[in-house]
Amino acid sequence: MDKHVLLVEDEVNIIEAMRFLLTRDGWKVGTHSDGATAVSAIRDARPDLVVLDYMLPGKSGIEILTELRALPDFAGLPVLMLTARGQSRDRDLAERAGVNRFMTKPFSNAEVLNAVRDLVRA
Amino acid sequence: MASLNLLVGVSLVYVAFLFAVAFAAERAAVRGRSGWLRTPLVYTLSLSIYCTAWTFYGAVGYAARSGMEYVTIYLGPSLVMIGWWWVLRKLVRIGRSQRVTSVADLISARYGKSNTLAIIVTLMAVVGVTPYIALQLQSVTLALSIFSGPPDAEGLNGLNPLSAGFWVAGGLAVFTVLFGTRNLNANERHDGVVIAIAVEAVVKLVALLAVGIFVVWGIAGGIGPMMERIDASALGTWELDRSRWAALTVLSAAAFLCLPRMFQVLVVENDDERHVQIASWAFPVYLLLMSLFVVPIAVVGLNLLPAGSNPDLFVVSVPLAQGQTGLAVLSFLGGFSSATSMVIVATLALSTMVSNHVVMPIYLSLKSGGASMSGDVRNVILLARRLSILLIIALGYVYYVLSGGSGALAAIGLISFAGVAQFLPAMLGGIFWRGATRLGALSGLCLGFAIWVYASLLPSFGQDAVLPASFFEVGPFGINWLRPYAFFGIDGMDPTVHAVFWSLLMNTCVFIVVSLLTFPKPLERLQGAQFVNVFDHSGQARGWHASVAASEDLMIMAQRILGASEAQALFRTAAREQGMTGHLPEPTPAFLERLERELSASVGTATAHAMVSQMVGAASVSVEDLLAVADESAQMLEYSSQLEAKSAELSRTAGQLREANEKLTQLSVQKDAFLGQISHELRTPMTSIRAFSEIMRDAEGLSVAEKTKYASIIHVEAIRLTRLLDDLLDLSVLENGQVSLNSATGPLEAVLDHAVITAQASGDGRLRVTRDNVAGDTMVTTDLDRLGQVFINLITNAQKYCRAAAPHLEISVHADAKRLAVEFRDNGTPIPDAARALIFEKFARVAEGDGSGAGLGLAICREIMARLGGDITHVPQAAGNVFVVQIPRRQVLAGQ
Repeated sequence: MDKHVLLVEDEVNIIEAMRFLLTRDGWKVGTHSDGATAVSAIRDARPDLVVLDYMLPGKSGIEILTELRALPDFAGLPVLMLTARGQSRDRDLAERAGVNRFMTKPFSNAEVLNAVRDLVRA
Repeated sequence: MASLNLLVGVSLVYVAFLFAVAFAAERAAVRGRSGWLRTPLVYTLSLSIYCTAWTFYGAVGYAARSGMEYVTIYLGPSLVMIGWWWVLRKLVRIGRSQRVTSVADLISARYGKSNTLAIIVTLMAVVGVTPYIALQLQSVTLALSIFSGPPDAEGLNGLNPLSAGFWVAGGLAVFTVLFGTRNLNANERHDGVVIAIAVEAVVKLVALLAVGIFVVWGIAGGIGPMMERIDASALGTWELDRSRWAALTVLSAAAFLCLPRMFQVLVVENDDERHVQIASWAFPVYLLLMSLFVVPIAVVGLNLLPAGSNPDLFVVSVPLAQGQTGLAVLSFLGGFSSATSMVIVATLALSTMVSNHVVMPIYLSLKSGGASMSGDVRNVILLARRLSILLIIALGYVYYVLSGGSGALAAIGLISFAGVAQFLPAMLGGIFWRGATRLGALSGLCLGFAIWVYASLLPSFGQDAVLPASFFEVGPFGINWLRPYAFFGIDGMDPTVHAVFWSLLMNTCVFIVVSLLTFPKPLERLQGAQFVNVFDHSGQARGWHASVAASEDLMIMAQRILGASEAQALFRTAAREQGMTGHLPEPTPAFLERLERELSASVGTATAHAMVSQMVGAASVSVEDLLAVADESAQMLEYSSQLEAKSAELSRTAGQLREANEKLTQLSVQKDAFLGQISHELRTPMTSIRAFSEIMRDAEGLSVAEKTKYASIIHVEAIRLTRLLDDLLDLSVLENGQVSLNSATGPLEAVLDHAVITAQASGDGRLRVTRDNVAGDTMVTTDLDRLGQVFINLITNAQKYCRAAAPHLEISVHADAKRLAVEFRDNGTPIPDAARALIFEKFARVAEGDGSGAGLGLAICREIMARLGGDITHVPQAAGNVFVVQIPRRQVLAGQ
């Protein structure tokens, strides 16, 4: 049975690329591009993994993650966070909020595929 | 005929008696029963050392030679005592408050504690007084010679005057050393000496009165016959030389104030200022009594004794010639008393000056180990005093020998008077004129003294003795106007008047002129104020009389001000000095004054005085005291308000610093945000480019359509990246003001045309652009390319963000005298109010994700318009958005 990944990302081209890669890797890919409604989208979709952008319109990735971890059903949901800001303080914030993996853009395709596989297997 | 041996024996017994009196007085002083020692009577009698052997013997001789002129030497001091007692009072007050020990000390202290002045005054005093001491030797020797036998044909007698003078000098020296330097008093006061000279004053007055009474009633036969004798004698008919009369009165008055021995008894030995007031009438009475029988003795002597008899000795020789040996011996004792008292006090005063101002400074600088006032040094001082006494008396003897022992007593006395009178300008100027300076005093003293030496002292040795006779006839080296008796060619003045007139005149003038030309040093200024205003400063005027203060209360107050340990130490020391066992002293006036001084160091003089007044309950807080306290409080208030101002300033500065710090913190936060934004804007397109390039490289079986799509994404993202970098660099240049503007004049229409065409070339063609009211002839002078860039940005924004069904942008131009306004009106969704404030900031986007802009366009527009001296604003509308670009008519280029 295919694993379900939800991409929360606002850059259309990055969504396009990730969808292509993950689909080819055997994932069932869902997308959502608005921060404000991301938490309910995740609750509805109940994915096996969330790939979360750091900067989203409406609500930041950190806020979304914090809210998510507060929900009992989603406290253990694997989350891969992607950021383009590249500041070390952001990584600290994300880790404190309970991120499973933190990656800075741009990344290699192999890198991101390895990361999602690791997260779901573990 | 009394034998010489008897006379010497009587003298020795007399001296022994004086010793006994002095010893008893000092014993009494040590035991604290010195009340009777320091009475106005004793003070007045001690002033009688003014009447030396010169006065005792010489006045009669003077009268016999010059008639009534002798009165001047009594008149001067009387005038000072009666008319100038307030000068004396001031001198006494200064002497006490400044702990002055001599004339030299007074002048030195007044002029900034100058050691140079002290040494010069000391040397002048020694030189000036030397003839005076010689005078005493001469008079005692002469008196002795009368007893030793009748003069023989050559005018000589059995007594060798030189060896007799030597023995007299030696005797006086031993006497003075034994009297004056038996111990060392810190305040240079000598109870024993004062009482001894008071006794001597009585002896000489009694002796002179006895001789006078004998002469009037014993020889002349009563007052009536005496007056007839006087009328008959030539003495009463002698003309008075008015210039001499005036000069000698002034001179004796000056000498009375300036003579070191007079200063010693007047000021240093003074115990109570009130004594001066009593002495101001009592001493003239004494002088009157002393002068009462001078004329009768002179007249009778001239009548009775053979022509050629020395009139200076009439006081002894008249009774002797009448067979009244006892009276003659008493008279001799009177003269002996006059001589000894003068020599003792004069040499004591001089030796104090010599040892304090000459010997000790040299000794201390030689030791230079910071010698303290140990027993060792006390011995050195005593030795210095004794040697000084011997030296001074030796000098007197040398003068006596050199001057031949022949001059009339009065003439020698006047030389001395003129010498010490040189101190007068510096002394009086010092206590009444704050402008007097050290250099003024020094110059006046030196010049006056030099004139005195040249015109009075050196000639007194006789012509050709020191100064060659030619000096007197044609002047030194032929300089006529420098003849010692005729300065500036003014002949015919009496030599004494001449010397007094010129020396004092030049002294005073130079003193005043140099004082006016020089500036006093701070210490001089301070001392000057203390001397001139001594009645305002010194403690005695407001001394403490009440002894009702509770020592405990004083202790509590002192502890608050001085601190516990210091106050306790002060009180303990005072108690020990009072001979008490506890740690609280009696609140004696002396202790209260001392406490007040200590307190005033901390709280100011006025406050300290007011506090002590309150404590002792003496209602002596005068209005002046209160005013002084108010002044001090006012100063403190002013000081504290200054402090408040300072503290307000400090807190203002602190506030400014806090603001600056906040600004910096904000800037730092903004900088972080900015860097994060740039990073995000750069990394996002790079992520797409990398991902798709890897897909195209690695993925197999991509369709041509897919490949084309992915390649065009890479292409678009690359362009986006490039544009972003361009914008960033552009903005950076604009913000730093490093932009170079190329001003040119061109039609506004052409700029707009070009902008529309450029923007539409990159757009999707949906936006309809219309233009209205564009005056074809409107010219602008500015950087046309930059203006065009603003227009392009605005049109591009409309293309990107206008979400209307039929996007439309209307461009219109409005012109007035000052400026041009170009309006861009679209029909899109109005920018929300919350976002309006931010749209011109960097990376500000109304909504994320709409379009590919990095949010730099409007920021760049704002920077460009600022550089061009214009403005760009967003005007809120009910529907759509309006951006207005304002361009100044007369372009002021703000760029560099």
